[in-house]
Amino acid sequence: MQISDDMIKYVAELAKLELSDEHKEQAKKDMSDMLEYVNTLNELDTSNVEPMSHCFPVANVLRDDVVTNSNDRDNMLLNAPDKSEDSYIVPKTF
Amino acid sequence: MSKEYEAVIGLEVHVELNTKTKIFCGCSTAFGGSPNINVCPVCSGMPGSLPVLNRAVVDKAISIGLATNCNITRNSKFDRKNYFYPDNPQNYQISQLYYPICRDGKIEIETENGKKFVRIHEMHMEEDAGKLIHNTFTGETYVDFNRSGVPLVEIVSEPDMRSADEVLAYLDKLRLTVQYLNASDCKLNEGSMRVDVNMSLREKGTEKLGTRTETKNLNSFKAIKRCIENEFERQADILDAGEKVVQETRRWDDDKGYSYTMRSKEDAQDYRYFPDPDLVPLIIDDEWLARIKASQPELRDEKKERYAREYGIPEYDIGLITEYKELANIFEDGVNSGADPKKVSNWIIGETLRLAKDFETDIADISFSGKNLASLIKLLDEKKINNTIAKQVFEHVFKENVNPVEYAEKNNLIIKTDTGALAEMVKKAVAANPKAVADMKAGKKKAMGAIVGFVMKEMKGKCDPAEVNKLVMEELAKL
Repeated sequence: MQISDDMIKYVAELAKLELSDEHKEQAKKDMSDMLEYVNTLNELDTSNVEPMSHCFPVANVLRDDVVTNSNDRDNMLLNAPDKSEDSYIVPKTF
Repeated sequence: MSKEYEAVIGLEVHVELNTKTKIFCGCSTAFGGSPNINVCPVCSGMPGSLPVLNRAVVDKAISIGLATNCNITRNSKFDRKNYFYPDNPQNYQISQLYYPICRDGKIEIETENGKKFVRIHEMHMEEDAGKLIHNTFTGETYVDFNRSGVPLVEIVSEPDMRSADEVLAYLDKLRLTVQYLNASDCKLNEGSMRVDVNMSLREKGTEKLGTRTETKNLNSFKAIKRCIENEFERQADILDAGEKVVQETRRWDDDKGYSYTMRSKEDAQDYRYFPDPDLVPLIIDDEWLARIKASQPELRDEKKERYAREYGIPEYDIGLITEYKELANIFEDGVNSGADPKKVSNWIIGETLRLAKDFETDIADISFSGKNLASLIKLLDEKKINNTIAKQVFEHVFKENVNPVEYAEKNNLIIKTDTGALAEMVKKAVAANPKAVADMKAGKKKAMGAIVGFVMKEMKGKCDPAEVNKLVMEELAKL
């Protein structure tokens, strides 16, 4: 499957990526290769196979409504590129 | 000449469920407090963390679905809704698009124009986002993930409402149902219930739907009503001018009393939903459904019918009492403790609501026991206290849930049954009020009040006015 310029531009926008022209061409090629690869699956006749909603034959993995957390704020904020005493800091939103 | 239009309104209502923990992790859902203290790798979107569904969320969602006459989806699952925003640490929200937990419900509403059904298209479970706090001085935005992962259900109605009144009736019915089920406190001003209004206009008598707008940021029932009226006029003006309504999302500004465009259809987001591979399917079997059905509490409509049938109290009283499940609980507790239903009702719709207003107490926070109200009524019935004292005692029942008998005894408020002392006091009163006595003799019945009042005051209210009246009449007859 051929990926159009418009398509790659749209996907980049959704992923919040700025691609150079060179990257764009590379991404177009990678994406069509991937789609082609996945397309192999269509060769299999699945008309007699029940559709499934998950790849494992497991359902209902649930937990009871019991509090297990403790205040781990300081550890969590270690990952933050920018932080205040108690919060992440991000660029201004509106 | 302008045409006559009809509003077509559908609602998307988010309700925050009151489980102890979040939907996919064991973090507490406690409201308020310091930022980022109820956060773990799951609800802060750390790579490699795995969500596990909270059983209580499913129980509550099914419970709401049953109460709103929905079909419960026996094979349900979760999907990822992808978008970038700092309040969403995973860059996707776990929601349900393809197999929502409930579908095809309806609830009956009543307005001045009578009763009608509003259909529910679907209801799904999802996780809430974190909170962004903006600092206007520094231009920075702080992120608090305490709310990230708090369970929500989104209830999507069909476009069956035609006026602000119908919308408010629907929301009120929904709020009461969810509150009676103990699934959420449904406070619009605190965000535990959030309403988006989808609205279009069409010429009266026509069937075809017009272009709709969606309005957000409605934090009170009053704001919703104003917004609908405002949007009706805005769209009517556009249509009258021969122009087209633009499909867009608008934001209501309640201070200014109008809405403005947030985003239009052109920059509508592409959420690229897909099944969440971290969560396995959810299968609701007969046993699970039967368990929830068996534990459904009595809802408001059922209560209203039963109160009329069993207690014979007026419809007006029933309406006020069942408006809040807290009041209904107090009422039933009082009646079950042996008090007369109408008397219990009078104390609830009278003094209780008056004190709630005076002390600015949220009615949902009223928590005195009906049993204490019943014993206060018993004290009155047995004439051990009079009405004025009863009101004083009740204030303490309302505020501190005191036992009225103990309180009245401790504060020496019980009427003295010592008739000898009362008779003495009546004699004293007659002697001390010669003018009133003379007036009485001259046929001025009003003068009686001065003598009775004297006794009541001297006895500090601890006597039965009817009894005093009788004794004064006897005393005067002797003169």
